[in-house]
Amino acid sequence: MKKKIFIVIFLIFGLTQNCFAYSSDPKQFITEIVDEAKKILVASNSKEFKEKNLEKIAKKTTDIKGIGKYTLGKYRKNLTDEQLNEYEILFEKYFLKSFSSRLSDYSDPKIDVLSAKALNPKYTIVKSVLLSTKKKPALQIDWRVYTKNPEKPLIRDLIVEGLSLARTQKEEFASVIESNNQDINQLFIKLREFIAK
Amino acid sequence: MIRKFVYILIFAIFLQGNIVQAGSEGSENLKNSKQNNSANECFEGVSRVIFKFNYALDGAIFEPIAKGYRSLPQSVRIGTGNVVGNLRSLLTLTNNVLQGDFRGAGSTAGRFAINTTVGIFGIFDPATKLGLAKPQKEDFGQTMGVWGVNSGCYFVLPILGPTTARDAVGLIGNTFLDPVYQITHNTEITNGVVGNGNYSEHNYYYYRGTGAIDFRAKNIEPFNSLRNNSIDLYASVKSLYLQDRNKKISDHETSTETLSDDDWEEIDTD
Repeated sequence: MKKKIFIVIFLIFGLTQNCFAYSSDPKQFITEIVDEAKKILVASNSKEFKEKNLEKIAKKTTDIKGIGKYTLGKYRKNLTDEQLNEYEILFEKYFLKSFSSRLSDYSDPKIDVLSAKALNPKYTIVKSVLLSTKKKPALQIDWRVYTKNPEKPLIRDLIVEGLSLARTQKEEFASVIESNNQDINQLFIKLREFIAK
Repeated sequence: MIRKFVYILIFAIFLQGNIVQAGSEGSENLKNSKQNNSANECFEGVSRVIFKFNYALDGAIFEPIAKGYRSLPQSVRIGTGNVVGNLRSLLTLTNNVLQGDFRGAGSTAGRFAINTTVGIFGIFDPATKLGLAKPQKEDFGQTMGVWGVNSGCYFVLPILGPTTARDAVGLIGNTFLDPVYQITHNTEITNGVVGNGNYSEHNYYYYRGTGAIDFRAKNIEPFNSLRNNSIDLYASVKSLYLQDRNKKISDHETSTETLSDDDWEEIDTD
């Protein structure tokens, strides 16, 4: 009897913990993320609450390391292991802050996940639309989902109305490095300044 | 008018040839520019200064006007946007034809006809409800891109904002190809009677100004988000501008078809 009570308590504890496993199907995966985000982005929630919880979602569902490598582009080949390690730490903090800040501007978003198209075994594009409101027109949002591990898909890019956020980020980082005589430390300084804002 | 058009084309080709030879700061090779969706900078230092000027001007003038416009009733804003969009479709129509997109031209012409008549000078948009979807806006810069003219170098114009060598030539071409410009600059109207009195060219600038304010009002939050989350706003705007132009010239509805996957392919994580 004691054992049964213990199992029940354990199950309840397990279910109420935030150890939600997302679907391995890319379209369903994005649908679940969108549904989770909608609950956070309720208008009555504070900006701080939204940002904190969006960061939690981002940590679980995005390939931050992969995005960081992509945005550094050709410059990652010239970094020492120490610099690469420092970059990864800074980039994760920068990414989480930037990501949650951008999304927390939306309140009560209505997003329809429409379809998924596998580009190749590693990438699937999931198409969705942010429905229009009185103030804003509809927005087409495509999600680039990394599916190398079929059991654990991860987001690598958001393409909003044909504009890739990751590509924009990459060209932004390249501009900072190139305009400072290829000095990667200047990029680190800019990232620290952003994180500290 | 045809002679002016030919001169513009010759200038565009000449400009492209010279841009290939031009030096620039912190630039990527022209060979890679299409693959990497970037363009050489013409004069980055000057462009950055002009960018700062435009940014200050936007904060001081355009954004406040756009916020004021937003306070108007939604029906007024929608109607205004529709009228501006309807007039703008004439330039799209001209460029549909020049690009050989006759199906698109037919749809654009149909929309204009329906919205101008049934839609009462474009205030309403019955064409969309009848199944004629809004076309992508076309301009002469895109047309030259479709013809194979390379973008050339990137720079920033005062007030008008980011552009490339090709698109700057396109801006000039637009004035000759835009029926609205031609009518307002070449028509005398007095008391509603064509043929006597003053030119109505100021109406063209009212129409363009209204369109700019309508656009700015629809993008207040995205601009703020971009500004707050960029570590180099100039570079972000440049990237977004070039991606947007590339997508429009490709005319792809599937956004990812305009983006090369090459960079992503080599990045594997556990």
